[in-house]
Amino acid sequence: MSENQKKLALIATKGTLDWAYPPFILASTAAAVGYEAQIFFTFYGLNLLKKKMDLKISPLGNPGMPMPMGMDKWFPTLGTALPGMEAMMSGMMKQKMKSKGVASVEELRDICIESEVKLIACQMTVDLFDFKREDLIDDIETGGAATFLEFAGEADVSLFV
Amino acid sequence: MAEFDQELDACGLNCPLPILRAKKALGTMDSGNVLRVIATDAGSVKDFEAFSRQTGNALLDSHEEDGKFYFLLKKS
Repeated sequence: MSENQKKLALIATKGTLDWAYPPFILASTAAAVGYEAQIFFTFYGLNLLKKKMDLKISPLGNPGMPMPMGMDKWFPTLGTALPGMEAMMSGMMKQKMKSKGVASVEELRDICIESEVKLIACQMTVDLFDFKREDLIDDIETGGAATFLEFAGEADVSLFV
Repeated sequence: MAEFDQELDACGLNCPLPILRAKKALGTMDSGNVLRVIATDAGSVKDFEAFSRQTGNALLDSHEEDGKFYFLLKKS
């Protein structure tokens, strides 16, 4: 690691399919253009470190989300709370992403690991939610706020996602 | 047609995959060799310029032809 290498520090706090993209896209691309990158996963962001992610989007309370057949215009908001809606919408979103050549979250995470992006699980939230170490992928470290700040304090770009 | 040593077909792939695949391909190549990338993602035009500036791999050519984007990257 050279002294003048740029650094990217990210905090990932959300565990839905849509919000999984920004941290993994930015970190993998940063690594590709020569940054040293680190992502600190806390609260629901820990879902992004599970071996089996199975992420979903939530149409409920998300009026900005485009829906098939213009459903966001006429489908009653409460209707998106019906059983099965979340799974159906998530499946449609994944299908759409695939058809548009958008990488899967799993693929982007693998590229991050390959390109030595450091993935840090927040120890406090791991304990809080009773996550088991064996449910999470191997290529991670654990740490706390001070661990993140030590790196972020030196970072050129620091974002909370 | 400009000369190149290796080719990467990134057609149909969306951001950031063309950049990530190009980075990977360049990693296997020798310094001075040229990689041609073909992509359909319109955003890749600006992205390859930015990639070149940040990594020092020279962008020798960037042009569009029949809805496809062609790039020549020389490994630094």
